[in-house]
Amino acid sequence: MKYLDEFRDPVAAKALVEQIRRTATQPWTIMEVCGGQTHSIIRNGIDQLLEGAVEFIHGPGCPVCVTPLEMIDRALEIAGREDVIFCSFGDMLRVPGSREDLFSVRARGGDVRVVYSPLDATRIAADNPDKQVVFFGVGFETTAPANAMSVLHAQRLGLTNFSMLVSHVLVPPAMTAILSSPTNRVQGFLAAGHVCTVMGTSEYGPLVEKFGVPIVVTGFEPLDLLEGVRQVVELLEAGTPELRNAYPRAVTAGGNVVAREALADVFAVTDRPWRGIGMIPQSGWTLSPRYADFDAELTFGVGQLTVQESDLCHAGEVLQGLLKPNECPAFGNACTPRTPLGATMVSSEGACAAYYQFRRLSAGAAAPTSAAAGV
Amino acid sequence: MGHGGGGILSEELIENLFLPAFGSSGGPSRDSAVLDTGAGRIALTTDSYVVNPLFFPGGTIGDLAVNGTINDLACSGAQPLALTAGFILEEGLEVDVLGAIAQAMGRAAADAGVPVVTGDTKVVGRGGADGLFINTAGVGVVPDGLRIGPEQARPGDHIIVSGNIGEHGVAIMSVREGIDFGTTVTTDSAPLHRLVAAMLASLTERGEDPNHVHALRDPTRGGLVAAVVEIARTAGVGVELDERAIPVPETVASACGFLGLDPLQVANEGKMVAFVDPAHSAAVLAAMRSRPEGAGAAIIGRAVEEHPGMVVIRTPFGTTRVVERELGEQLPRIC
Amino acid sequence: MCLGIPGKVMEIWEESGTRMSTVDFGGTTKTVCLAYLPDMEIGEYTIVHAGFAITRLDEVSANETLQMFADLGILEEELSGTEGQASRETA
Repeated sequence: MKYLDEFRDPVAAKALVEQIRRTATQPWTIMEVCGGQTHSIIRNGIDQLLEGAVEFIHGPGCPVCVTPLEMIDRALEIAGREDVIFCSFGDMLRVPGSREDLFSVRARGGDVRVVYSPLDATRIAADNPDKQVVFFGVGFETTAPANAMSVLHAQRLGLTNFSMLVSHVLVPPAMTAILSSPTNRVQGFLAAGHVCTVMGTSEYGPLVEKFGVPIVVTGFEPLDLLEGVRQVVELLEAGTPELRNAYPRAVTAGGNVVAREALADVFAVTDRPWRGIGMIPQSGWTLSPRYADFDAELTFGVGQLTVQESDLCHAGEVLQGLLKPNECPAFGNACTPRTPLGATMVSSEGACAAYYQFRRLSAGAAAPTSAAAGV
Repeated sequence: MGHGGGGILSEELIENLFLPAFGSSGGPSRDSAVLDTGAGRIALTTDSYVVNPLFFPGGTIGDLAVNGTINDLACSGAQPLALTAGFILEEGLEVDVLGAIAQAMGRAAADAGVPVVTGDTKVVGRGGADGLFINTAGVGVVPDGLRIGPEQARPGDHIIVSGNIGEHGVAIMSVREGIDFGTTVTTDSAPLHRLVAAMLASLTERGEDPNHVHALRDPTRGGLVAAVVEIARTAGVGVELDERAIPVPETVASACGFLGLDPLQVANEGKMVAFVDPAHSAAVLAAMRSRPEGAGAAIIGRAVEEHPGMVVIRTPFGTTRVVERELGEQLPRIC
Repeated sequence: MCLGIPGKVMEIWEESGTRMSTVDFGGTTKTVCLAYLPDMEIGEYTIVHAGFAITRLDEVSANETLQMFADLGILEEELSGTEGQASRETA
C-alpha cells in the first residue's frame, strides 16, 4: 500500500533505533497522546526496540476510553428507547456503562447500528423519517470535522429526526493537565499526527514555552514513531525544548482551514470530565447553541443518572500514565477484553487492550531469540 | 413462497428444484443413503451455514456449505464420499433465489466429485431464518493407519498455510450493510480434499509414512490465528510464526487497514493449515504448490517446546508479541 | 489519533451540493467526502478518516522523508563499520 508500506521498512527502522541509542546518554520518558500511536507502538514492539533508552508512558489518547461515564449512561438510556435508531462507531459498543453497554442494549432489541462515518447516520435518518436517529459523536479533533459536517448536512437536508450526542475531547488541554500534575514524569511528547492535520501545530508552541518540554508532531507507522522519538531525544539531549513537525507529509502549521471554520461554527468549547482523570477545564466541545435542534442532550432531556464505576478498575491511573496496564491487579484476571472493567480494556486503542492483545511472553517463559533486543 | 404466494409442498421442491440441481442417483428416495465404504474407518462431520448475505463476491451460501463440510473431512485425511443437505427456508424466500443456490451447490458438489445424496427441507415463518439456513453433514473414509489430528503436532514441526489469507472475510464484509466498500476480493471457498490427498501421496509415493503430516485445520471463523492456537493448545506445543512469511494480499491488507481488522483473524474458506514433520515439509510443500488450490503455499512458522499452548509472532522488526483468538464478532475499528 | 490511512482519489462528483469522491487504498475503494479539501484533484493522495478526506498527502514531502531514512541507513552502516549489518536480522 502506497505511502504506508514504505514507512514500515525494517531496515530503516533498525537505523533509526541505532541512531536513537547512539544519541541517548540517559533513559528518557516520552508520552504519546494518541491511541492509534499506542496501538502501533505495542503491536510493532517499538517499546521493545527502545528498551533502556526510552520509556513510553501511554497518554489518554483514546477518546472512547475517556468519554465520561455519565455520557455513556446517557447514550445507553437513549439507545434503549423504542423510537430511536442509535448509531455509533464500532469501538463504543462494548464500553461499559454503570450497568451495561450498547452491545447488550442491542441484544435485547434496541436498534443500535455501527457506522463507519457519521454521514451514514444522516442517511439512516433520511431513510427512516418515523424514527429518531441519534449519532454518538465522540472523538478528538480528528473526528470532529466529520461530525460537524453531518450536522451541517442534516441541516441542509432539512432533517428533523437527526441529532447528535456530542462528547468531543481536545488534546492540548489534556497535555496541559498532565504537565501540570505534581506526579508528572513525562519529559517529551509525541503529538497526535492526525489531530494536527486538522488543527495545525500552533496550539503546541505555548506548551513548549510554558513547560519547557519538547513536542514533536508524529505519525503512526513504525518509521514515523521512531523518527518522532529520535527528534524528541535529540532535543532532550541538547536541553533545547522545541516544537517540531516529524509528519510533514500530512501536517502543516496551519492545519485544515476549511475544517477549522466548520468546527468553530458547529462546536463550542466546554469543560469536560475525562473518565478516570477528572474534570479538565475547556477540554471538550459541545454543540453550539446555533445547532440546538440537533443536540441529542436537549432533544432527549435525559434526567439525573447515578453513575457507578467499578472499584477494581484503575483505568484512570493508566490513562494518566501512573500505572502500566500489566501492573494493575485486575489485568488479565478480573479484567479482560471479554469481561472489561473499564474503557481502556474495551477500546482497541486503550492501553490495557493493547497490552492484552499484544502481550509479550512473561519474563519467566523462554522467549524466542531476538536480534533487536540487544544494543 | 414468493410474494403473496402460498407454500410449495416439500416434495415439489425436491422434484423440481433440488433433484435437478444435485443430480438424482437413480434409486428410490430414502431417509438415509447407504454407501459402500469398503473396510476401514469413517469420518463424519456436520456443519450449519448461516452466512448473511446469501450471495457474496465469488460465491453463495450453497457452495460454502458443500466446500466447508468437505474440508472438515479433509482435515482428518479422509476421502469424502457423500454429503447430506438440510434446508431451513424462511417463508417468503424467493424460489429463484433458492434455485440459484441449489444450482451453485450442485455445481460445487460436481466439481468436488462429492455428491449430495440425501436431504431435508423445512419452512419456518418470517423472521425464523435469515432467508435460508443450510446444514450439511459429510461422510468420508479414513485410510488405514492414518492418524492425523491436532494432538499429533510436535515441537519442531513446520507450519504451512496453503495460500493467501483473509479473502473470504473481506469478501463478506464488503457486502454487509453499513460498511460496504469496493474491492476485487472474492471468497476463496474451495474443496481441499484433493490438496490433502496430494500432500499425503507426496509421502506414500516415496515409501514414507503419511503420518508425517501431523495436523490439519481449515482456518474458518477466527482466521489463521484460531486454527493455529487450537492446534497449539490441543497438542501442548508452543508456536512461533514469522509475520513476514504469512501471505496477505494487498487487497486484503488495505481492506483490513481501512476497517481496523487484523487479517490473521479474518475467516478463510479455501485454505488449510498443516503441521508437518520438518524432515518432510519440503516434499509436502512442493506437492501443495503443484495444485491450483495450493499454489501460494508457504511455511509460516514452527512449533516449539517453549511456551506450550501460546502462539508468538515475530514482527518484521524482530520484536515479538503473543497472538490470541479474538472474541466474538469483529467490530470494525474506527476511532 | 484514530484510523486515518492514505489513498488515491480516483473519481470526484457532486451529491446534494457536497463534493464526494472514490478513494483507492491499494485495491480497496470507498466513497469519501471531499468537503474539507475543495481543491483536491483526481490522482492526488489524501488521508481519510471516518469517511472524510482530512488532508492532502504531500508526495514530495513523503519522498523527502523516505530519502532521509535511506540516507540515515547508509550513515548508520558507515558508523557501525560493518557492511553486512542490515542483513543481521534473521527469522
